[in-house]
Amino acid sequence: MKTFPIAALMFLFCLAPAHAGKTLDQVRQRAQLVCGVSTGVIGFSSADSQGRWNGLDADVCRAIAAAVLNDPAKVKYVPRNAQQRCTALQSGEGDLLSRNTTWTLTRDASLGLHFTAVTYYDGQGFLVPKKLKITSAKQLKNAEICVQSGTTTEKNLGDWFKAQGIKVKPVVFEKFEASIKAFFSGRCQAYTTDASALAFIRSKEAPKPDDYIVLPELISKEPLGPVVRRGDDEWFAIVKWGIFALIEAEEYGITQANVEQMKSGTDPAILRLLGSAEDSGKLLGLERDWAARAIKAVGNYGEMFQRNVGSASPLQLPRGLNALWSKGGLMYAPPVR
Amino acid sequence: MQGRRARQLGIQALLAAALLAALWWLLAVTSANMAERGIRSGFDFLTEPAGFAIGESLLAFESTDSALWALAAGLANTLRVALPAIAASTLLGTLIGLGRLSPNLLLRGLCAAYVETLRNLPLLLQLLAWYFVVTDLLPLGSRALQLAPHVFLSKSGLAMPWLGGESGLLDLPLRGEMNIVGGATLTPEFLALFLGLSLYTAAYVAETVRAGIQAVPRGQSEAALALGLTRVQLFRLVLLPQALRSIVPPLTNQHLSLTKNASLAVAIGYPDLVSVANTTLNQTGRAAECIALIMAVYLILSLITAWLSAWLERRSGRWAERS
Ligand SMILES: N[C@@H](CCC(=O)N[C@@H](CS)C(=O)NCC(=O)O)C(=O)O
Repeated sequence: MKTFPIAALMFLFCLAPAHAGKTLDQVRQRAQLVCGVSTGVIGFSSADSQGRWNGLDADVCRAIAAAVLNDPAKVKYVPRNAQQRCTALQSGEGDLLSRNTTWTLTRDASLGLHFTAVTYYDGQGFLVPKKLKITSAKQLKNAEICVQSGTTTEKNLGDWFKAQGIKVKPVVFEKFEASIKAFFSGRCQAYTTDASALAFIRSKEAPKPDDYIVLPELISKEPLGPVVRRGDDEWFAIVKWGIFALIEAEEYGITQANVEQMKSGTDPAILRLLGSAEDSGKLLGLERDWAARAIKAVGNYGEMFQRNVGSASPLQLPRGLNALWSKGGLMYAPPVR
Repeated sequence: MQGRRARQLGIQALLAAALLAALWWLLAVTSANMAERGIRSGFDFLTEPAGFAIGESLLAFESTDSALWALAAGLANTLRVALPAIAASTLLGTLIGLGRLSPNLLLRGLCAAYVETLRNLPLLLQLLAWYFVVTDLLPLGSRALQLAPHVFLSKSGLAMPWLGGESGLLDLPLRGEMNIVGGATLTPEFLALFLGLSLYTAAYVAETVRAGIQAVPRGQSEAALALGLTRVQLFRLVLLPQALRSIVPPLTNQHLSLTKNASLAVAIGYPDLVSVANTTLNQTGRAAECIALIMAVYLILSLITAWLSAWLERRSGRWAERS
């Protein structure tokens, strides 16, 4: 039966009691960070032909491994489909889930998980064949819409069309591949998921990208970010501040290339972040140059964005909401101080 | 004699008690661990609005209906595909099983090839193949094929008139802007699942039927033919009544497997019980509860099938005695 993997994971609850405050020790002992990722969403987490994981979410894993273990390569990536991801983390599998996962109340408050920070502000959109001549999601009356199960996508679809008073038929697939294959074979008149993933699906999975368009409406808020298990506040803080450090680095103009130079600069805030002045690392249980290591491994947030999903990537996504707060976006890190 | 029975009963009671205690312990430890990890539990989510829509449903369902009703709609969808598939696989399987015993070499070979091929390919693979063949071959919803007045075939499925609809009388499918709207639809998901399950299970049914008939001693056939019975009479009066007794129990087993295999529906987008329960699980986060519900439903289906099987066995026994 298809639910068997989840049932097996649930069984782990019976055996393994929760262990608080130990994730950092375990990661160090193992000399490896175990990171849950997607099964393949280009730009966020996908393995290339050499088996190297790339993407914004994969880079978060690298940055944390660099901060904690001083080596961005010491990561074990575990692919999880939409359905398994939360149950797997809940039951003790992996140190971190870094996989286009939307921060919602249910997930944050009832699954035994904590969302750490937002690494990408997204929204749910629709991909449709151009020849249907649809220009707005409101024209999708009676349409069949392909969607993957285990996502926030399914419920948004129900909510939004209910609010619009429009009837649509969802066709729900467990596996990502099957869902897009069905859409591109013409089974559905629209495909829906996070807009960032639609960009990837259109450019990389469509037989002819130009035959498809993404509709202008975004029907939901999808703040995506890494997730940790509850019960380990220290580890929660490490992941959260690891991400904040990358955002703050962009704000201060610290890049992968200039981080070493910056260490001997004069700006106290920069010196603090890079560990050349006060020791911010010891507050997190890490070495003093924790943030500098992370920046050296993956660059600042802006560099990560550009390389993986932005102008230097095939997806060509605009910064939009994901620009720094000082540049009209929402990316705002509390001060590393 | 009486002492032994009492002892046996005592041992059984003890075993049952131990099993229950173990179950209770597991449940207690699990819920304690879950609470410690901050995971909410309980079945209260069942009465809350489901929040998601179901693409095709025998029961009228809307996203504002309760999660329990969503699960009921899922179960109805499971039965909607399993029951016709049980009938189809039994019919086809019986014909193929008889074909394997036919004196005609070609027929025998074909039937054997069918059984071997279908049994040896994983069912999931067959379902995916059927599904993508069906969806690839059919015309787009906007260019649906009209088979008869108000009967359309397309990637959206086979649409036909049905009772009800807005007029309250007859709901006629019509060409919409991008697909066929209205009427009742057998979707490609349903068709692929029905086809896949029926053809796959028919292979097993065929083997069951063949084995059952071959289990009747050869001498009986020879004697019957010598007495001047025709082949049809031989089959109806001698072979079938005896064979049925050994066919029915494994046959109901096949029917049960088919029902369980219907849960592969999630792979091809058919909203069966497991698919709906998975969605509910993901929207509410109540994994343990949803899995327990799925298991309970399948257990109940198994028990019903076992009970039906026993009843049929008794009946076929009686039938055999009468004829
Ligand atoms: N952000 C949404 C959707 C994320 C999601 O799982 N999207 C799908 C469709 S793009 C996906 O990543 N599938 C890949 C997989 O299952 O590995 C959520 O958190 O539920």
